[in-house]
This record gives sequence, C-alpha cells and structure tokens, in this order.
Amino acid sequence: MRDPKIRGLIIQIVLIIAILAFASWLINNTVRNLADANIAAGFGFLSSRAGFDIGQLPIEYSSNSSYGRALLVGFTNTVIVAAAGIMLATIVGFIIGISRLSHNYLVRGLSTIYVEVFRNVPPLLVILFWYFGVLSVLPGPREALELPFSSFLSNRGLQTPAAIFDPVAWLTLIAFVGGIAGSIWLARANKQRLLQTGELRPTLWPAIGMIVGLPLVVFVLSGFPVSFQVPEATRFNLVGGWRVEPEFLALFLALSFYTASFVAEIVRAGILSVSKGQTEAASALGLPRGKSLRLVIVPQAFRVIIPPLTSQYLNLTKNTSLGLAVGYPELVAIGNTVLNQTGQSVEVVAIWMVVYLGLSVSVAGFMNWFNARMALVER
Amino acid sequence: MNSSIKALLGTAAVALVAVPASAATLDDVRDAGQLRCGVNTGLPGFASQNDQGEWQGLDVDYCKAIAAAIFEGDDSKVEYTPLSAVQRLPALQNSEIDVLARNTTWTMTRDTTLGLNFVGVNYYDGQGFMVREDLNVTSALQLSGATVCVQSGTTTELNLTDYFRANNMEYNPVVIESQSDVNAAYEQGRCDVLTTDASGLYATRLELANPDEHVILPEVISKEPLGPVVRQGDEQWFSIVKWVHFGLLNAEELGVTQDNVEEMMDSDNPSIRRLLGVDGTFGEDIGLENDWMVNVIEAVGNYGEIFERNVGPDTPLNIQRGMNALWTNGGLHYAPPIR
Amino acid sequence: MEEHVSAYVAREQKKPLPPPPTEAGALAVLRKNLFATPLDSIVTILLGLFSVWAAWRIFDWSVLSAVFTGSSREACLAGDGAPVGACWAFVRAKFGLFTYGLYPVDERWRVDLTMLLLVAFTLPFAIPRVPFKGLNLFLLVGAFPLIALVLLTGGQFRIGGGWVAFMFILAAFVSTMLAAGNLNAPPGWLRVATWLAAIAVLVLIVSNILPSGQFRLLVFSFTTLSLVAFLLAVASIAVSAFASVSSSGKHASVLMHVLLPPLYVAALLVLLAGDLGLQPVPTSRWGGLLVTLVVALTGIAASLPLGILLALGRRSHLPAIRLLSVVFIEFWRGVPLITVLFMSAFMIPLLLPSGVSFNQLLRALLGVALFSAAYMAEVVRGGLQAVPKGQYEGAQALGLGYWQMMRLVVMPQAIKLVIPGIVNTFIGLFKDTSLVYIIGLADLLGAVRRGFSDPNWITPTTPASGLVFAGFVFWLFCFGMSRYSIFMERRLETGHKN
Repeated sequence: MRDPKIRGLIIQIVLIIAILAFASWLINNTVRNLADANIAAGFGFLSSRAGFDIGQLPIEYSSNSSYGRALLVGFTNTVIVAAAGIMLATIVGFIIGISRLSHNYLVRGLSTIYVEVFRNVPPLLVILFWYFGVLSVLPGPREALELPFSSFLSNRGLQTPAAIFDPVAWLTLIAFVGGIAGSIWLARANKQRLLQTGELRPTLWPAIGMIVGLPLVVFVLSGFPVSFQVPEATRFNLVGGWRVEPEFLALFLALSFYTASFVAEIVRAGILSVSKGQTEAASALGLPRGKSLRLVIVPQAFRVIIPPLTSQYLNLTKNTSLGLAVGYPELVAIGNTVLNQTGQSVEVVAIWMVVYLGLSVSVAGFMNWFNARMALVER
Repeated sequence: MNSSIKALLGTAAVALVAVPASAATLDDVRDAGQLRCGVNTGLPGFASQNDQGEWQGLDVDYCKAIAAAIFEGDDSKVEYTPLSAVQRLPALQNSEIDVLARNTTWTMTRDTTLGLNFVGVNYYDGQGFMVREDLNVTSALQLSGATVCVQSGTTTELNLTDYFRANNMEYNPVVIESQSDVNAAYEQGRCDVLTTDASGLYATRLELANPDEHVILPEVISKEPLGPVVRQGDEQWFSIVKWVHFGLLNAEELGVTQDNVEEMMDSDNPSIRRLLGVDGTFGEDIGLENDWMVNVIEAVGNYGEIFERNVGPDTPLNIQRGMNALWTNGGLHYAPPIR
Repeated sequence: MEEHVSAYVAREQKKPLPPPPTEAGALAVLRKNLFATPLDSIVTILLGLFSVWAAWRIFDWSVLSAVFTGSSREACLAGDGAPVGACWAFVRAKFGLFTYGLYPVDERWRVDLTMLLLVAFTLPFAIPRVPFKGLNLFLLVGAFPLIALVLLTGGQFRIGGGWVAFMFILAAFVSTMLAAGNLNAPPGWLRVATWLAAIAVLVLIVSNILPSGQFRLLVFSFTTLSLVAFLLAVASIAVSAFASVSSSGKHASVLMHVLLPPLYVAALLVLLAGDLGLQPVPTSRWGGLLVTLVVALTGIAASLPLGILLALGRRSHLPAIRLLSVVFIEFWRGVPLITVLFMSAFMIPLLLPSGVSFNQLLRALLGVALFSAAYMAEVVRGGLQAVPKGQYEGAQALGLGYWQMMRLVVMPQAIKLVIPGIVNTFIGLFKDTSLVYIIGLADLLGAVRRGFSDPNWITPTTPASGLVFAGFVFWLFCFGMSRYSIFMERRLETGHKN
C-alpha cells in the first residue's frame, strides 16, 4: 500500500470494478423493467410506419414514411436552423463586437446594452418572446402585413413569392459559378503579384462584377427565364410561394441574437488581445482604421477567437433542441413524438445522444482543422 | 486509506438504492398510506385544480373511488401526479404512479406491447374539430388547406393524419407538446382548426376568451374510449381497479346513490346486497373489505352522479349522456354483474 | 528588384495635416467621440434618432400606455381602439403564482423565511470585510440546506432504516478521519474503527440483496441486517471517540470534533423524519421563482465539488481515472441539456429497480447537477493548467501528499484564476434552469407560461408582459452575479498575473 504505483493500480482496479458493477446493475434493472413492462427493446421500430405528419419538410416525407425517416426530417431541420443561426450570429456578433471598441460613444453604448441584455436572459425566454410576444400577435393571414415584392408577414409566418425557373436558367447558374471561379483566380493572381512586386491591384470591384454582373447579363440576355408565384389568400391561408414558418423564425432569430451577444464578447476579447503596438504600427504605416482592422488586427485576433467561437457554435447547435418549446420539428421534437407513439424511450434518447455527440465532434473537428490552418506559422 | 474509503462509499451508495421490490401494488399502496394517481395537468371536467388547489373532475373522482375502496372510505389519501401526454405512459410503466386516470385512449398497442392494462371505459369519446365561427365552415370536409393545431404524441395526431389522407385533403400541422400551449396557439390565431377529443374541445372552448366565437364541427372522426390504466403483471390490482369501475356502473344501474346507500344496505334486492357486501365476500376476495362499494359510493356516488357533477348538462361543460348513458338507457356502459 | 520597391516609396513630401481643433472642453470631447469623421457623424445621427425612438417606444409601452391595475383581461383590452401597452396588471395578479407556484397560501411564510435566511447568510459571506467567515460558511453550507429542506418540504419524511444506517456510516468515516487528524491517537483503535465502518458497508450491501425481517424503530423501518449495519456504524464512532479521548489532554474540544458528524446526522434525521408541526408540502406544488432558485442553487452547490473532482481526474496520472473523467466530461458537454432532462425524466426510472421512484424535482436536479459539473470541470481544468509547474514541484519538495498539495497549494491559485469562468458557469446554469419546465416543472418561466394561457388574462399583450417580467428577473440575477464576479476578480488580483 505504501508504493504509489501499486496503490494507483489498486485504486484504478477498484474504480473500474465499481463502475462496471454499477453499469451492469443499471443494465440489469433496465432489462428487467423493460421485460416487466413488456416493452420490446431494439431499433426495429425505426422501419415501421410513422403515421403522423410534420409541418416543415426539407426532405420528402409523408405519414406513410417510417419513424426513421421522421427522425431524419427532424435531423435535417436541426441542421438547417443551426447553420442559418450560426451564420447570422457570426455576422451580428462581429458587428457588435467591433462596435464595442468604437470611439463613438453612441455606438459603443448601444452595443454594450445589447450584449448585457441578451447575455443575461435564458435563450428559451428569448425564443418564447419571439414566438408568443412578437410573431403570434401579428395579424392573421387575411389581414397580413404586405411587404415589398409581394411578400406577406402574418401570424402564419413570412410568405414570399416563389421563383420558378425555366430550363434555360441553368445558363445563369453557370455564369454565377464561373464568376466565383474567376474571382478566386483573380484574387490569387493579385496576391501573387502583390508578393512579387508590392503592387496592390483592385480585387473587390472586379470580383463583384464577375459574381453579380456576369450572371445578371446572362440572365437578361437569355430573356428573364424566371416567373414568380405570388402568394394568394384563400379561405384559410396564404397559398403559393415560399413560406417561412413562425416556429422557424422564432427559433432562428432568438438563437442568432442570443448567441451573437457571446460572439461579440469573444470578438472584443480577441481584438483586445492583439497588442496595441500592432495597431500603432498599422497606423504608422498609414493604414486607415478599416484596413488596419481587416489586414492587421482581425487576422491576428482570429487565433484567439476561434476556440471559444467553436464552443459557441456548438452551444447554438445544442440550443436548437429548444425548438421543442415552440413546436419547431427538429430532432428532439420529432423524437419526443416518436417516443410517445412507440414508448421506446431508451432507444430514442440513445439516438439523440449519438446524433448530438456526432454533431459536436464533427463541428469541433472542423474548427480544429480551421484553427490549425490559421495558427501562427513561425519562420 | 483515503481512496479505499471512497471506493467503499461509492459501492455503498450503489447498494443503498437497491431497495427490495415488492410485486403487490395493493400492499405498496397500503404501506405508503396513499394512492398515487396520475391525472391530466388541467382539463376542466376531467381533472383540474380549483382556486384552493383541490383536484376535481371525472378522472379525479375515479382516483378518489379507488382510494375509498382501499382506505375504508377515506378518499383524501390520494397523491395526484399531473402528467402531460408524453409523460403519462412512462410514468405508469416506471411505477411512479399506481393507476393512470387521465383521459387515455384504449388502443391495442398500449394494451399489449406497452405493458399496460386498460381496466375499462369510463368515458366514450371521439375526436372532433373546433374552428372560428367567422370562417363559415360547417363540415370538416371543407377544411382542406387549413392549418391545424394538435398535441404531439397523442392518438389524436394519428387520427388527424388518417382523416385528411383518407379524404384526400391537404393540411398544415402545427404540433405542440402541451395541450395548454396548443390551445394558446389556436387562440392567438396560429392555426385555423383545433382538434382533440370532443370532450376536450368542449372544455377548451370554455377556456377561450370568447367561447361564442368558436364552433365545434359535427364530424367525429374516431373512436376514443377513455379509461383508467394499470401496469401489467399485477392481476389483483388490475381486478380492484376494474371492479371499482364496474361497481360504479352497477350502482347506477341498481339505483344506489350517495344519499340512499345507507338505506340500500337493508334492501331485499340480492344484486344490491351483493354490491354493498351485505351478502357474500366479494370485497375480501379481491383483498378489500366487504363493504368496499359502500365506501366508494359514500365518497363519490355512482357513475351517473360522477358524470352529472363534473361534465353533465348542469355544469359549464354541458355534455349530454349520449353514448355515456347506461345500456338500459340506450348508451354503451354495460358492466358485468357482481356475483 | 530596384523598380519593384518603388511601389512602397513615397515620391513626394506628404502635405502636413491641418492643425487639430481644440482638444479641450466638452465640445471637443463630444466632437472627438461622436463626430470625429463625416461617417461618424452620420452614424451618430442615425443611431441617435434610433435610440430616441426605441427608448420612447419602450417607455410608452412599459409605462405610458401600460395597464397597472385591474382584475381581468378587460383591463388590458383596448376600449377605444388605442393600442394598449404592457399588461402589468396581469403580472400583479399572478405575482404569487410566479413567486411560489401552487405553494399553499397559508404556508408561504416558510418560503419567505427561507429566502430571507438565504440572503442573511449569503450577504455577509459575499462582503469581504464582514468577519466570522468560518461560522458563516458553516451556516451557509452546513445549516442552510437542512433548514431550507425542512422548511420547504415540511419534513416528516419516511426514511428507511437503510438510509439511516448509510448516513451513520458516512458519519463514522468522517469521525474516523477527524480522529486520525489527532497525531496522538492510537493507530490500533483507529484501524478498528475503520474496519467496523467498512464491515457496516458490507452488511448494508448484503441487507439490500438478502431479505430479512422487517420492524420499526422509532419512525424508521429497519430490516435486521440494516439495523446491524447501523449498530456497527455507531460502534465505529464510539471507538473513534474513545481513541481521541484516551490520547489527548484537551478532551472536550477533541471529542466535540469527532462527535460533530454523528450529531449532525442525528439532527438531520430528527428534523427530516420528525413532526415539527409543519404541514408537508409536496414538491409538485412548488413553482415559480422558488423552483428556479432551488434548481439553480442545488446545481451550483453540487457542480463545484463534482467539477473539481472531475478536473483533478482529468489531470490524474492514472490512465483509467483520466479516461473515465474525459469520457464523462465530453459526454455531458456534447449533448443538449434538454435531452439530459428527458433522460432523467424517462430513463432514470427504467435504470432503477422497479418500485424505487424518484421525485420529479429530484430527477431534474440530478440531471442539472451532472450537466453543469462537466462544464465546471473544464473551467477548473483551465485554472489547474495555468498554475506553473514549479508550484507543484515546490509542494512536492515540501513533502506534501497529493491531496495536501492540491488543497493547500494548487487549488487556491487555480480557483482564483478561474473565478470569472466559474461565475459564468453559474450564470449559464441559472439560465438553464428555465428548461425544466419542458419536463413538467413550473419554474418561473413555466409559471409565466401557464399564466398566459389563463382564459381570464388572454390579451395580445399578456405574453409579452409576462415574458418581459420573467426576463427582467432572470436578468437581475445574472447581471448581479456577473458584476460580483468582476468585483471579486479585481479584489483577488494580486498582481501575479503575467
């Protein structure tokens, strides 16, 4: 017992035995409980007919589809709202974070208020506020608020005209892809040139021209190959066009604005972590504030920003599970329905855990890769 | 030493939770001194709390009846557990409650593979639709294209799907987890149609801001036999709950009420004498006292009285007996005899 | 290379900048901070207009056109078509519900008293200048949870003999450790005490597997074997007490220390099981802010020690312990709290033997505590990593053991470094308590939601009013905590950073 090595070994063995005993006791109980309750264990139920409908369908699904398919719909909805939320949260967060360091009193004050308000309330409350406090009190579909471009905002969500493309529209798509490819090539060539000669050639405007202008020209030349389906009011709903459901809007807006307050703090801390000498050196070189931010400060701040930003993205992804509270059909909400229709609670909870752990691991993996690319390359 | 103590403590904590289980629910209930009854979180007429926090309703009266049968007439020995639709079956399966009296539809899956037993039907119901009057809808067949609010994880959700599919109509489901949120969404205009059991629709309409602005459509699209549920695997407990239910129906059929039960003890009618335990040992045979039904009826009355008190025409719900009348009056309630 | 460099080189003298405008005075400050450049001026003007407009709208909604009194929805409905602002009358009417849930009205003084005690014990502890920190800590951590538990539930628990034995075995171990702290204590006696307690553990385990005769002792229902375990634990405590008395001159104070744990356990059992004349209030009637605070405070109290243990485990040299800690931490951090709560609601009953049931609130507490412990562990690990290696080596050179090193040298430095992180985790935990309403508990947010589906109060502005109120309460707590953490951070700043 006196030898630390032997003692360590004994402690570990005892611990492992205790945990194994505990686990086998739990499993034993579960098996017995399930047998007592006559619940068939296993994932066989995933292939049986679901029999319920889902409000928002990014992929094909009907009540004749299987439970597995229903869960897949839920997963897709989770990914959609997480991806959209991450994008908006990043944009808003960066704007607010940089604003918090502005010299302008008003800009700084307002962004501080934003951060302190959103950071200190529960995300669920923000979601409910959007859903019950804002979107629900909009007028009904027949008195919908009319927005520009024949869009309508009502308590049934946002309805916009749907674009229906003629077959020739693929020319425009090709032009668009070509524009992007051209811009990338141009940016590379310009950078090469900058490194070789020090000459700075414009990239932004030609790139915009190629990405926006080229498709536009092709679009006009090919004779406007698009028609719009405008939403129309029927007895119950606005029909036709694209619809964004209020459940999605509430979840998306709430999560984005909530997470943005954390992103803002991360961005601010990241920028502050870049030593003042860098800013002074940049302005000594004659770079205006915008350029010094873009070329000197932000690239260095990124290294500090990325790790905590990753965990915020993961938090946002996990928080999409709050969609259950407003009936957004994401993975947890659908799983909840499946759980209740089949009684297979262990299996459904296991699916949730595996999917979220998988998402976490993959997002973390991607960000680690990105981080490694961004890391300081010491010469 | 330090760490080995910790390991031992850990094992002790594990071992400690392993309290020996007993199979007989009746003994457990008697030991605990109260019946654990799962009820709705709030459905006027079936289970709801009044301003003093007391539970009342048809399902609640069933809890009280069972408690009265076990605890010699004391119907206060009930621990009510409000359960959402999603929680109710796991709660029963996991022995958190002894009986579930929460307007639960009797289906084959629930009765077989989920490990539960339905003891009978205490309310014959069917699924219906409620819409705003100003939509000028008169039949459910005009609902194509509507947005429908429905509670998730219920048979209602499945019936709704089947009905619209069978009639080739489109709809837009808004599926929300708790019934009160479903009602709130309907009230705020998130959907055109609210669907649930007809009894629930009547109860919900009462709770809306302007009940007169909403109509319940005539179609009833499903069979919803609601009844109390127990776990499989305890035949004695199953019999007790089942026969409390049948006893309530028999009492109504035989005209035994809360007021006249004392006098009825002296009745010459052999059926009444058996029901009230004057003749025979029917109570003792299922582990109760022989005068178990006297206790039950003194506590809550017969089935008819329970119905009238909670949901009948004299209550705000104003539901007619209809299918829920006794078979002698053209209804569906028909209890096997006590003999 | 010559001609390429030319792009970097200025070809002519830059024009001198115009002389700066006055650098002093209020006007200059304003100019510098609001109207430095034309773009700045435009932004300032636009944002200024926006803030004035927004402030006016908020003021109008929450004060000018708000309804403060009334007893039903009619009060908050627009009579003459004018838009009505916040419906504070709703919040007033439901204030009791939001604070206490369905806690019986006549018993609410118990909740008030508990909250008052909490404030009375926390405030002096939080203010650095107030003396008697040790006593205060005991009151806050040792006495308060017990008082709160008894006050809120009303006591009269039905405690099985197994639990009684378990508590006394715990007390026996602690007593033995305390007795061992006395260097003069005869080691033979202590070994006897330890063995007695260990045998008691074994007997207790056996008592749960083998059925044996049941009988009641006082209000506790013992089995024969659990009674044996209980008596063994008592014997162990007696031996420890004897060991410490026989060796030392200062009998009274040493005895006090050794006997403190069993006395505490005995007091606990008496209070929990005894009839104190308080009406028992089942947790299903708790609600509102009460549930929010109970969940949050229990989570905070449980997550810190658990998190520290896990962090130490993750940095342990023993591979099995390290692996287990990593798996545990990463599992909880990888899944959303909602699924954890679902798991605790649906799966804990399945995992336990049939017939054992856990209170719904307790299950939620367990889920929240484990979840936040994982986050806490990562925060603490950050602190441990930031403590220089020399500190560990120094401690080891002094001959300190692992636990002594951690407790006396490493932890004080590590915790100080991560106070902001710890408080942030507390804030996150406090906000997360709002999720328990999804598994059917009526916390503050849940009570507000149940409130606005009340037909008596359905108006277009009720939900927003209720949610703004709830949001404000949450905000007050979270903002307060974050300010306090900044204050503490400054105070503990000893200049050793960097």
